[in-house]
Amino acid sequence: MAQVTSPPEPAEVVSPAPARRYSSDAAGLGRLRAGAFVAPALALIAVFLVFPALWVIYLGLTNYRLTGVAAAEPQFVGLDNFVKALTDPEFWDSTWLTFQFVLGSAVIGQVVLGFTLAWMLKDRRGTLKSVVEGLVILAWILPSAVVSFLWVALLDRDAGTLNALLGIPGFAWLLDYPMLSIIIFNTWRGTAFSMMLYGAALGNVPPSHLESARLAGASGWQQLRDVVFPHIRGHILTNLLLISLWTFNDFSPFLLTAGGPDGKSEVLAVHVYKVALQNGDLGYGAAISTVILLINLVVAVFYLRLLRSKK
Amino acid sequence: MTRTWAGRIGFYTLIAVLLAFFTIPLLWLAAAPFTSDPSYEVRMPDFTFENFQTIIEHPYALWSLVNSLILAIGTALLVVVLSALAAYALSRVRIPGRDALLYALLLLSSIITGTAAMVPLFQLAIELNLIDSHTGLILIMTGGLLPAAIFMIKDFMDATPKSYEESARVFGASPLQIVRHVVTPVVRPGLATIAVWTIANVWGNFLMPFLLLSDVEKQPAAVIMYTLYTEGGQANLKVLSTFGLLYSVPVVLMYLFVSKKYGFRFHGGIKR
Repeated sequence: MAQVTSPPEPAEVVSPAPARRYSSDAAGLGRLRAGAFVAPALALIAVFLVFPALWVIYLGLTNYRLTGVAAAEPQFVGLDNFVKALTDPEFWDSTWLTFQFVLGSAVIGQVVLGFTLAWMLKDRRGTLKSVVEGLVILAWILPSAVVSFLWVALLDRDAGTLNALLGIPGFAWLLDYPMLSIIIFNTWRGTAFSMMLYGAALGNVPPSHLESARLAGASGWQQLRDVVFPHIRGHILTNLLLISLWTFNDFSPFLLTAGGPDGKSEVLAVHVYKVALQNGDLGYGAAISTVILLINLVVAVFYLRLLRSKK
Repeated sequence: MTRTWAGRIGFYTLIAVLLAFFTIPLLWLAAAPFTSDPSYEVRMPDFTFENFQTIIEHPYALWSLVNSLILAIGTALLVVVLSALAAYALSRVRIPGRDALLYALLLLSSIITGTAAMVPLFQLAIELNLIDSHTGLILIMTGGLLPAAIFMIKDFMDATPKSYEESARVFGASPLQIVRHVVTPVVRPGLATIAVWTIANVWGNFLMPFLLLSDVEKQPAAVIMYTLYTEGGQANLKVLSTFGLLYSVPVVLMYLFVSKKYGFRFHGGIKR
């Protein structure tokens, strides 16, 4: 019975050799079984993630269409689709709108609001903190189809709550200011992530450093710049890269404005959908997707290098 | 003294403004379902429950919630089982090229988004006859979520002491038995995290079911919600408000459950 209560001892006696070969293979899995454990996951990833990414590059080089002759026998057209994109004003308009969307709602909106909230709630406990955090997180976790409709209702021209509050009935936010609407919507929607990340980051700033800065008479802004900022620089960069990547790929503007009116809020995610699946030009849509993929790749590689250098 | 007073007033003003900004859009969802004749404007509800009657009578509303549930549970089961097996093997056995593989997985999952892959996925679904198929959608969403899931669960596996497995082995347990009876109970919080994360992702996903399911009887709540407010003349706000609420409540409950039980822990890629 004594053996049962002290199992590690016999373990050392029995398995020194395999323990040395597979430094941590405690269950005696071996490479073959380990491969079998990994295989199903890798197979699904290969078919439904990696293959589509490679296939999109190929499709972008063809004139493949949803219907018609080019659907049955797509032709290889080389870089024609990319040349078409680069000379198409609609593509550049959409790229410019996407830039505004990412800069306005992620880089400025979510970062500033998220940091402000984290900074204000840093030393607080109790109801106020949990209510504010709870509401910000609620905006983040609710399904996008629901929150999009909530904003359609809020911004409605005739009966919307916002116009009632501001006393300007008949002001058509979604028609006259579609970009501003989706930028503010996405700021509201995504601030929670930045708030939580900065909340965690501010917890790592040693209170004694802040205390001595305060004793030395540093103002709030000076404390931020000289004590807080150097500690959380890495977090800011991580935060910026992640939320830019997510916002760049966000499809929810479609739920709010569907790219309209007249393509005035047609960010690239919506543009691809319209070109490829509404107009049926799969080849050209795939070429734009390839551009999106490349931009994602650049941002992600940058982010991963940052993570590695931290470790 | 005046400075601290000014500071306090400034603090509470700013908090009040931010609180209003985050609360006002949500008010409609709390009030309209319980108002007899809801409009776009937020009004004090008269606490009626008759709007929920319209949901029961609606031909697709309740079924779409069932469809969401099927998709969420199906994907979660696949993701949890496959990511746990893969992460366990990757955590315990030094497969050649393991680090490169993990690095590539992380990279892939962050760049191949629904937006970038919608064209090939749509075509792939047509070629494989997976349009209008829940199974097809579950497989596609599983493929997209697996890399991040493997990454998260591997952290839990790495942190698990190996002495349990070693002693189980001494008593003659096979590797599969060890995984099932020794490892699984120990990493259960990790598995729960992955399950909740997957369910939340699938439950809210709009783009993939919108692309791949055209049969209205198979569409999940996200797509039905969108159809309700974009198609056909005047939107029925009774249906929309109650349906929106019913569709949202599970997410909120799940969040409360997770934050109470495990604390809302911070995983870099929890949202896609």
